[in-house]
Amino acid sequence: MIASFFRVAWHVMRKDLTVEVRSKEVLLTTLFFAVSVVLVFSFAIVREGRAPDDVAAGILWVAVSFSGTLAMGRTFERERYNDTLRALLLAPADRPAIYAGKLLGLLVLLALVEIVLVPLVGLLFNAPILAFPGRLAALLALGTLGFAAVGTLFAAMLVRVRSRDTLLPVLLYPITIPVMIAGVRGTAALFQATPDLAMAQFWIGLLVFWDAIFITLALWTFEPVMTE
Amino acid sequence: MKKLNPLLIGLSAIMLGVSPWIINAAPYESTMGLVQKIFYFHFPSAILFLVAALICGVASAIFLFGKKASADGWAIAAAELGLVFGTLTLVTGPLWARKAWGVWWVWDPRLTSSLLLWMIFCAYLLLRKYGGPGSDKLGAGMALFGMANVPFIYVSVNVWRTLHPQTSVVPTLPTDMGIPLWFCFAAFTMLFMALLNLRARLEHQRARVEALYLAEDEA
Repeated sequence: MIASFFRVAWHVMRKDLTVEVRSKEVLLTTLFFAVSVVLVFSFAIVREGRAPDDVAAGILWVAVSFSGTLAMGRTFERERYNDTLRALLLAPADRPAIYAGKLLGLLVLLALVEIVLVPLVGLLFNAPILAFPGRLAALLALGTLGFAAVGTLFAAMLVRVRSRDTLLPVLLYPITIPVMIAGVRGTAALFQATPDLAMAQFWIGLLVFWDAIFITLALWTFEPVMTE
Repeated sequence: MKKLNPLLIGLSAIMLGVSPWIINAAPYESTMGLVQKIFYFHFPSAILFLVAALICGVASAIFLFGKKASADGWAIAAAELGLVFGTLTLVTGPLWARKAWGVWWVWDPRLTSSLLLWMIFCAYLLLRKYGGPGSDKLGAGMALFGMANVPFIYVSVNVWRTLHPQTSVVPTLPTDMGIPLWFCFAAFTMLFMALLNLRARLEHQRARVEALYLAEDEA
Protein backbone atom coordinates (compact mmCIF):
# COMPACT_ATOMS: atom_id res chain seq x y z
CA MET A 1 0.00 0.00 0.00
CA ILE A 2 2.66 2.45 1.13
CA ALA A 3 5.05 1.06 -1.48
CA SER A 4 2.52 1.51 -4.29
CA PHE A 5 1.83 5.06 -3.09
CA PHE A 6 5.47 6.01 -3.43
CA ARG A 7 5.82 4.13 -6.73
CA VAL A 8 2.90 6.04 -8.27
CA ALA A 9 4.18 9.34 -6.88
CA TRP A 10 7.64 8.58 -8.26
CA HIS A 11 6.25 7.75 -11.73
CA VAL A 12 4.11 10.90 -11.88
CA MET A 13 7.09 12.99 -10.82
CA ARG A 14 9.33 11.33 -13.39
CA LYS A 15 6.76 11.88 -16.12
CA ASP A 16 6.51 15.58 -15.26
CA LEU A 17 10.26 16.00 -15.10
CA THR A 18 10.79 14.13 -18.40
CA VAL A 19 8.36 16.47 -20.13
CA GLU A 20 10.12 19.37 -18.46
CA VAL A 21 13.63 18.23 -19.43
CA ARG A 22 12.54 18.07 -23.07
CA SER A 23 10.96 21.50 -23.24
CA LYS A 24 12.52 23.32 -20.23
CA GLU A 25 9.57 25.68 -20.56
CA VAL A 26 8.50 25.98 -16.93
CA LEU A 27 12.03 25.99 -15.52
CA LEU A 28 13.38 28.70 -17.81
CA THR A 29 10.35 30.99 -17.61
CA THR A 30 10.09 30.61 -13.83
CA LEU A 31 13.77 31.22 -13.36
CA PHE A 32 13.74 34.32 -15.50
CA PHE A 33 10.65 35.58 -13.71
CA ALA A 34 12.28 35.05 -10.30
CA VAL A 35 15.34 37.02 -11.40
CA SER A 36 13.09 39.79 -12.73
CA VAL A 37 11.25 39.99 -9.42
CA VAL A 38 14.55 40.42 -7.58
CA LEU A 39 15.56 43.15 -10.00
CA VAL A 40 12.24 44.97 -9.72
CA PHE A 41 12.64 44.97 -5.96
CA SER A 42 16.18 46.21 -6.21
CA PHE A 43 15.03 49.16 -8.28
CA ALA A 44 12.22 49.83 -5.82
CA ILE A 45 14.36 49.97 -2.67
CA VAL A 46 18.00 50.62 -3.57
CA ARG A 47 18.99 54.23 -2.81
CA GLU A 48 22.32 55.71 -3.90
CA GLY A 49 23.72 52.33 -4.81
CA ARG A 50 22.99 50.72 -1.45
CA ALA A 51 20.14 48.52 -0.31
CA PRO A 52 18.79 49.07 3.21
CA ASP A 53 19.73 46.36 5.73
CA ASP A 54 17.44 43.42 6.42
CA VAL A 55 15.61 43.38 3.11
CA ALA A 56 17.29 40.31 1.60
CA ALA A 57 15.07 37.80 3.43
CA GLY A 58 11.89 39.53 2.32
CA ILE A 59 12.98 39.83 -1.29
CA LEU A 60 14.08 36.21 -1.40
CA TRP A 61 10.71 34.97 -0.18
CA VAL A 62 8.69 37.29 -2.38
CA ALA A 63 10.63 35.99 -5.38
CA VAL A 64 10.11 32.38 -4.27
CA SER A 65 6.37 32.81 -3.79
CA PHE A 66 5.77 34.78 -6.99
CA SER A 67 7.76 32.45 -9.18
CA GLY A 68 6.31 29.42 -7.40
CA THR A 69 2.80 30.58 -8.30
CA LEU A 70 3.87 30.90 -11.91
CA ALA A 71 5.35 27.39 -11.96
CA MET A 72 2.39 25.67 -10.32
CA GLY A 73 -0.04 27.32 -12.69
CA ARG A 74 2.00 26.06 -15.63
CA THR A 75 2.36 22.44 -14.52
CA PHE A 76 -1.39 21.90 -14.57
CA GLU A 77 -1.96 24.12 -17.58
CA ARG A 78 0.10 21.62 -19.54
CA GLU A 79 -2.14 18.76 -18.42
CA ARG A 80 -5.24 20.72 -19.37
CA TYR A 81 -3.88 21.80 -22.73
CA ASN A 82 -3.00 18.26 -23.76
CA ASP A 83 -6.18 16.90 -22.20
CA THR A 84 -4.15 14.45 -20.16
CA LEU A 85 -5.51 15.30 -16.72
CA ARG A 86 -8.46 12.98 -17.21
CA ALA A 87 -6.14 10.17 -18.26
CA LEU A 88 -4.00 10.79 -15.21
CA LEU A 89 -7.04 10.68 -12.92
CA LEU A 90 -8.39 7.56 -14.65
CA ALA A 91 -5.18 5.68 -13.96
CA PRO A 92 -5.76 2.84 -11.47
CA ALA A 93 -3.81 4.57 -8.75
CA ASP A 94 -4.47 6.39 -5.50
CA ARG A 95 -5.45 9.99 -6.13
CA PRO A 96 -3.33 11.24 -3.21
CA ALA A 97 -0.34 9.50 -4.82
CA ILE A 98 -0.92 11.47 -8.03
CA TYR A 99 -1.05 14.64 -5.97
CA ALA A 100 2.19 13.69 -4.20
CA GLY A 101 3.89 13.06 -7.55
CA LYS A 102 2.79 16.43 -8.88
CA LEU A 103 4.00 18.10 -5.70
CA LEU A 104 7.40 16.38 -5.89
CA GLY A 105 7.87 17.43 -9.52
CA LEU A 106 7.08 21.02 -8.60
CA LEU A 107 9.45 20.90 -5.62
CA VAL A 108 12.31 19.74 -7.83
CA LEU A 109 11.68 22.66 -10.20
CA LEU A 110 11.46 25.18 -7.37
CA ALA A 111 14.61 23.79 -5.78
CA LEU A 112 16.45 24.41 -9.06
CA VAL A 113 15.09 27.96 -9.17
CA GLU A 114 16.14 28.58 -5.57
CA ILE A 115 19.67 27.32 -6.26
CA VAL A 116 20.05 30.27 -8.62
CA LEU A 117 17.95 32.69 -6.64
CA VAL A 118 19.66 32.43 -3.25
CA PRO A 119 23.19 33.24 -4.45
CA LEU A 120 21.78 36.07 -6.56
CA VAL A 121 20.06 37.65 -3.55
CA GLY A 122 23.18 37.06 -1.46
CA LEU A 123 25.30 38.78 -4.07
CA LEU A 124 23.03 41.76 -4.74
CA PHE A 125 22.01 42.47 -1.14
CA ASN A 126 25.12 41.39 0.79
CA ALA A 127 23.26 38.64 2.62
CA PRO A 128 25.44 36.12 4.50
CA ILE A 129 23.95 33.08 2.78
CA LEU A 130 26.87 30.81 3.68
CA ALA A 131 26.88 31.61 7.38
CA PHE A 132 24.33 28.93 8.31
CA PRO A 133 23.76 26.91 5.11
CA GLY A 134 21.98 24.04 6.87
CA ARG A 135 19.41 26.21 8.62
CA LEU A 136 18.85 28.37 5.55
CA ALA A 137 18.30 25.24 3.44
CA ALA A 138 15.88 23.88 6.05
CA LEU A 139 13.89 27.13 6.07
CA LEU A 140 13.74 27.26 2.29
CA ALA A 141 12.87 23.58 1.92
CA LEU A 142 10.13 23.63 4.56
CA GLY A 143 8.71 26.95 3.40
CA THR A 144 8.65 25.91 -0.23
CA LEU A 145 7.07 22.59 0.76
CA GLY A 146 4.22 24.24 2.64
CA PHE A 147 3.65 26.79 -0.11
CA ALA A 148 3.81 24.22 -2.92
CA ALA A 149 1.61 21.71 -1.03
CA VAL A 150 -1.28 24.18 -1.00
CA GLY A 151 -0.43 25.52 -4.45
CA THR A 152 -0.43 22.11 -6.12
CA LEU A 153 -3.83 21.31 -4.65
CA PHE A 154 -5.35 24.65 -5.66
CA ALA A 155 -3.81 24.59 -9.13
CA ALA A 156 -5.23 21.10 -9.67
CA MET A 157 -8.67 22.18 -8.49
CA LEU A 158 -8.61 25.34 -10.59
CA VAL A 159 -7.96 23.45 -13.83
CA ARG A 160 -11.66 23.20 -14.49
CA VAL A 161 -12.52 26.71 -13.35
CA ARG A 162 -12.83 29.85 -15.40
CA SER A 163 -10.29 32.66 -14.85
CA ARG A 164 -7.91 30.21 -13.18
CA ASP A 165 -4.87 32.37 -13.77
CA THR A 166 -6.15 35.22 -11.64
CA LEU A 167 -7.78 33.02 -9.02
CA LEU A 168 -4.69 30.97 -8.18
CA PRO A 169 -2.77 33.79 -6.48
CA VAL A 170 -5.98 35.21 -5.01
CA LEU A 171 -6.69 31.94 -3.20
CA LEU A 172 -3.14 30.88 -2.53
CA TYR A 173 -1.59 33.93 -0.86
CA PRO A 174 -4.02 34.43 2.03
CA ILE A 175 -3.82 30.75 2.93
CA THR A 176 -0.05 30.46 2.74
CA ILE A 177 0.87 33.73 4.45
CA PRO A 178 1.61 31.94 7.76
CA VAL A 179 4.28 29.95 5.89
CA MET A 180 5.64 33.12 4.29
CA ILE A 181 5.82 34.88 7.65
CA ALA A 182 7.72 31.98 9.20
CA GLY A 183 10.07 31.78 6.22
CA VAL A 184 10.82 35.50 6.12
CA ARG A 185 11.25 35.89 9.87
CA GLY A 186 13.43 32.80 10.14
CA THR A 187 15.62 33.87 7.23
CA ALA A 188 15.86 37.41 8.58
CA ALA A 189 17.01 35.99 11.93
CA LEU A 190 19.85 34.23 10.09
CA PHE A 191 20.77 37.21 7.90
CA GLN A 192 20.86 39.93 10.59
CA ALA A 193 24.13 41.33 11.86
CA THR A 194 24.05 39.20 15.01
CA PRO A 195 22.25 36.02 13.92
CA ASP A 196 19.56 34.80 16.29
CA LEU A 197 19.72 31.02 16.05
CA ALA A 198 17.07 30.31 18.67
CA MET A 199 14.65 32.49 16.71
CA ALA A 200 15.48 30.69 13.45
CA GLN A 201 14.94 27.38 15.21
CA PHE A 202 11.55 28.54 16.47
CA TRP A 203 10.38 29.50 12.98
CA ILE A 204 11.69 26.21 11.55
CA GLY A 205 9.56 24.41 14.13
CA LEU A 206 6.54 26.48 13.20
CA LEU A 207 7.13 25.68 9.52
CA VAL A 208 7.12 21.95 10.32
CA PHE A 209 3.81 22.48 12.12
CA TRP A 210 2.19 24.32 9.19
CA ASP A 211 3.61 21.86 6.65
CA ALA A 212 2.09 18.96 8.55
CA ILE A 213 -1.32 20.69 8.60
CA PHE A 214 -1.22 21.72 4.95
CA ILE A 215 -0.02 18.37 3.60
CA THR A 216 -2.52 16.40 5.66
CA LEU A 217 -5.37 18.63 4.52
CA ALA A 218 -4.23 18.52 0.91
CA LEU A 219 -3.86 14.73 0.76
CA TRP A 220 -7.23 14.46 2.42
CA THR A 221 -9.12 16.85 0.13
CA PHE A 222 -7.48 15.98 -3.21
CA GLU A 223 -9.57 12.85 -3.71
CA PRO A 224 -13.10 14.29 -3.22
CA VAL A 225 -12.24 17.57 -4.92
CA MET A 226 -10.92 15.96 -8.08
CA THR A 227 -13.89 13.61 -8.40
CA GLU A 228 -16.39 14.87 -10.95
CA MET B 1 -36.38 26.89 11.42
CA LYS B 2 -38.43 29.15 9.17
CA LYS B 3 -40.78 30.29 11.92
CA LEU B 4 -37.86 31.11 14.19
CA ASN B 5 -36.47 33.80 11.90
CA PRO B 6 -39.00 36.60 12.58
CA LEU B 7 -38.66 35.92 16.31
CA LEU B 8 -34.85 36.05 16.18
CA ILE B 9 -34.81 39.17 14.05
CA GLY B 10 -37.40 40.92 16.21
CA LEU B 11 -35.62 40.07 19.45
CA SER B 12 -32.18 41.05 18.19
CA ALA B 13 -33.59 44.30 16.75
CA ILE B 14 -35.10 45.21 20.12
CA MET B 15 -31.97 44.21 22.01
CA LEU B 16 -29.63 46.07 19.68
CA GLY B 17 -31.94 49.07 19.93
CA VAL B 18 -31.80 48.98 23.72
CA SER B 19 -28.10 48.15 23.90
CA PRO B 20 -26.82 51.78 23.76
CA TRP B 21 -28.64 52.52 27.04
CA ILE B 22 -27.33 49.36 28.68
CA ILE B 23 -23.79 50.06 27.50
CA ASN B 24 -24.16 53.63 28.71
CA ALA B 25 -25.22 52.39 32.14
CA ALA B 26 -22.14 50.16 32.46
CA PRO B 27 -19.29 51.61 34.56
CA TYR B 28 -16.29 53.26 32.96
CA GLU B 29 -13.17 51.15 32.74
CA SER B 30 -10.55 52.72 35.04
CA THR B 31 -7.66 53.20 32.58
CA MET B 32 -9.31 53.33 29.15
CA GLY B 33 -12.50 55.20 30.02
CA LEU B 34 -15.15 55.74 27.39
CA VAL B 35 -13.32 54.05 24.53
CA GLN B 36 -13.48 50.68 26.28
CA LYS B 37 -17.21 50.60 25.56
CA ILE B 38 -16.59 49.67 21.93
CA PHE B 39 -15.57 46.33 23.35
CA TYR B 40 -19.26 45.44 23.83
CA PHE B 41 -19.62 45.34 20.04
CA HIS B 42 -16.08 44.27 19.17
CA PHE B 43 -16.09 41.07 21.20
CA PRO B 44 -19.39 39.63 19.89
CA SER B 45 -18.50 40.35 16.28
CA ALA B 46 -15.01 38.87 16.69
CA ILE B 47 -16.36 35.66 18.23
CA LEU B 48 -19.04 35.34 15.53
CA PHE B 49 -16.34 35.98 12.93
CA LEU B 50 -14.51 32.88 14.18
CA VAL B 51 -17.77 30.95 14.54
CA ALA B 52 -18.59 31.76 10.91
CA ALA B 53 -15.22 30.34 9.87
CA LEU B 54 -15.89 27.17 11.83
CA ILE B 55 -19.40 26.77 10.37
CA CYS B 56 -18.05 27.40 6.88
CA GLY B 57 -15.28 24.83 7.38
CA VAL B 58 -17.48 22.15 8.93
CA ALA B 59 -20.22 22.61 6.32
CA SER B 60 -17.58 22.39 3.58
CA ALA B 61 -16.20 19.17 5.07
CA ILE B 62 -19.71 17.70 5.14
CA PHE B 63 -20.23 18.81 1.56
CA LEU B 64 -16.93 17.31 0.37
CA PHE B 65 -16.81 14.06 2.32
CA GLY B 66 -20.47 13.46 3.12
CA LYS B 67 -21.63 14.37 -0.40
CA LYS B 68 -24.49 16.45 1.00
CA ALA B 69 -25.26 19.17 -1.53
CA SER B 70 -27.29 21.27 0.94
CA ALA B 71 -24.22 21.76 3.17
CA ASP B 72 -22.75 24.00 0.50
CA GLY B 73 -25.56 26.51 1.03
CA TRP B 74 -24.67 26.75 4.71
CA ALA B 75 -21.00 27.17 3.85
CA ILE B 76 -21.59 30.11 1.52
CA ALA B 77 -24.02 31.72 3.98
CA ALA B 78 -21.47 31.41 6.77
CA ALA B 79 -18.74 32.83 4.55
CA GLU B 80 -20.77 35.93 3.73
CA LEU B 81 -21.59 36.47 7.38
CA GLY B 82 -17.96 35.90 8.24
CA LEU B 83 -17.04 38.75 5.93
CA VAL B 84 -19.66 41.03 7.49
CA PHE B 85 -18.74 40.29 11.11
CA GLY B 86 -15.04 40.25 10.25
CA THR B 87 -15.40 43.73 8.77
CA LEU B 88 -17.16 44.85 11.96
CA THR B 89 -14.31 43.42 14.03
CA LEU B 90 -11.65 45.02 11.88
CA VAL B 91 -13.40 48.41 12.02
CA THR B 92 -14.14 48.48 15.74
CA GLY B 93 -10.70 47.13 16.66
CA PRO B 94 -8.63 49.99 15.18
CA LEU B 95 -11.10 52.57 16.55
CA TRP B 96 -10.30 51.25 20.01
CA ALA B 97 -6.59 50.80 19.29
CA ARG B 98 -6.21 54.42 18.19
CA LYS B 99 -7.20 55.54 21.70
CA ALA B 100 -5.71 52.70 23.73
CA TRP B 101 -2.41 52.13 21.90
CA GLY B 102 -2.09 55.41 19.99
CA VAL B 103 -1.98 53.69 16.59
CA TRP B 104 -4.67 52.36 14.30
CA TRP B 105 -2.91 49.12 13.57
CA VAL B 106 0.01 47.06 14.82
CA TRP B 107 1.33 43.92 13.18
CA ASP B 108 0.90 41.58 16.08
CA PRO B 109 -0.12 37.93 15.68
CA ARG B 110 -3.78 38.29 16.51
CA LEU B 111 -4.39 41.32 14.34
CA THR B 112 -2.41 39.84 11.48
CA SER B 113 -4.17 36.51 11.60
CA SER B 114 -7.61 38.14 11.87
CA LEU B 115 -6.82 40.17 8.79
CA LEU B 116 -5.68 36.96 7.10
CA LEU B 117 -8.89 35.16 7.95
CA TRP B 118 -10.85 38.12 6.62
CA MET B 119 -8.83 37.92 3.39
CA ILE B 120 -9.50 34.18 3.17
CA PHE B 121 -13.24 34.91 3.34
CA CYS B 122 -12.81 37.52 0.58
CA ALA B 123 -10.89 35.05 -1.59
CA TYR B 124 -13.49 32.36 -0.96
CA LEU B 125 -16.34 34.66 -1.99
CA LEU B 126 -14.42 35.92 -5.03
CA LEU B 127 -13.97 32.31 -6.08
CA ARG B 128 -17.63 31.49 -5.55
CA LYS B 129 -18.69 34.56 -7.50
CA TYR B 130 -16.30 34.41 -10.43
CA GLY B 131 -15.18 30.76 -10.47
CA GLY B 132 -18.16 29.50 -12.46
CA PRO B 133 -19.04 25.80 -12.54
CA GLY B 134 -16.90 23.55 -10.37
CA SER B 135 -16.02 26.29 -7.95
CA ASP B 136 -18.20 24.80 -5.19
CA LYS B 137 -15.80 21.93 -4.53
CA LEU B 138 -12.77 24.12 -4.83
CA GLY B 139 -14.38 26.57 -2.42
CA ALA B 140 -15.02 23.76 0.03
CA GLY B 141 -11.36 22.76 -0.11
CA MET B 142 -10.34 26.36 0.41
CA ALA B 143 -12.69 26.70 3.40
CA LEU B 144 -11.04 23.74 5.10
CA PHE B 145 -7.69 25.48 4.84
CA GLY B 146 -9.26 28.67 6.13
CA MET B 147 -10.65 26.86 9.15
CA ALA B 148 -7.14 25.71 10.03
CA ASN B 149 -6.44 29.38 10.75
CA VAL B 150 -9.05 29.72 13.50
CA PRO B 151 -7.34 27.92 16.40
CA PHE B 152 -4.19 29.78 15.41
CA ILE B 153 -5.96 33.13 15.87
CA TYR B 154 -7.52 32.16 19.17
CA VAL B 155 -4.30 30.79 20.64
CA SER B 156 -1.94 33.38 19.18
CA VAL B 157 -2.71 35.98 21.82
CA ASN B 158 -1.85 33.67 24.66
CA VAL B 159 1.20 32.01 23.11
CA TRP B 160 2.92 35.11 21.83
CA ARG B 161 3.26 38.20 23.92
CA THR B 162 1.19 40.75 22.10
CA LEU B 163 -0.54 44.04 22.71
CA HIS B 164 -4.00 42.56 22.29
CA PRO B 165 -5.78 41.77 25.59
CA GLN B 166 -5.69 38.12 26.62
CA THR B 167 -8.67 35.81 26.14
CA SER B 168 -8.85 35.39 29.92
CA VAL B 169 -10.15 38.98 30.21
CA VAL B 170 -13.71 38.01 29.35
CA PRO B 171 -14.53 35.43 32.08
CA THR B 172 -13.00 37.68 34.75
CA LEU B 173 -15.05 40.77 33.92
CA PRO B 174 -16.95 42.35 36.84
CA THR B 175 -20.68 41.69 36.70
CA ASP B 176 -21.74 45.21 35.79
CA MET B 177 -19.53 45.00 32.68
CA GLY B 178 -20.33 41.34 32.06
CA ILE B 179 -24.08 41.87 31.81
CA PRO B 180 -23.95 44.41 28.94
CA LEU B 181 -21.32 42.27 27.21
CA TRP B 182 -23.38 39.09 27.23
CA PHE B 183 -26.52 41.09 26.42
CA CYS B 184 -24.85 42.39 23.26
CA PHE B 185 -23.42 38.97 22.57
CA ALA B 186 -26.89 37.42 22.69
CA ALA B 187 -28.28 40.10 20.38
CA PHE B 188 -25.47 39.64 17.87
CA THR B 189 -25.79 35.85 18.01
CA MET B 190 -29.51 35.95 17.30
CA LEU B 191 -28.95 38.32 14.41
CA PHE B 192 -26.23 35.99 13.12
CA MET B 193 -28.46 32.92 13.37
CA ALA B 194 -31.36 34.61 11.60
CA LEU B 195 -29.16 35.92 8.78
CA LEU B 196 -27.46 32.54 8.42
CA ASN B 197 -30.82 30.83 8.20
CA LEU B 198 -32.17 33.24 5.61
CA ARG B 199 -29.07 33.25 3.45
CA ALA B 200 -28.76 29.46 3.47
CA ARG B 201 -32.42 29.15 2.52
CA LEU B 202 -31.93 31.56 -0.35
CA GLU B 203 -28.97 29.50 -1.54
CA HIS B 204 -30.93 26.24 -1.28
CA GLN B 205 -33.77 27.75 -3.29
CA ARG B 206 -31.34 29.01 -5.89
CA ALA B 207 -29.82 25.53 -6.21
CA ARG B 208 -33.28 24.07 -6.55
CA VAL B 209 -34.28 26.49 -9.29
CA GLU B 210 -31.06 25.65 -11.10
CA ALA B 211 -31.74 21.92 -10.81
CA LEU B 212 -35.28 22.48 -12.15
CA TYR B 213 -33.92 24.43 -15.12
CA LEU B 214 -31.46 21.63 -15.89
CA ALA B 215 -34.23 19.04 -15.62
CA GLU B 216 -36.36 21.14 -17.99
CA ASP B 217 -33.51 21.31 -20.50
CA GLU B 218 -33.03 17.58 -20.43
CA ALA B 219 -36.72 16.79 -20.79
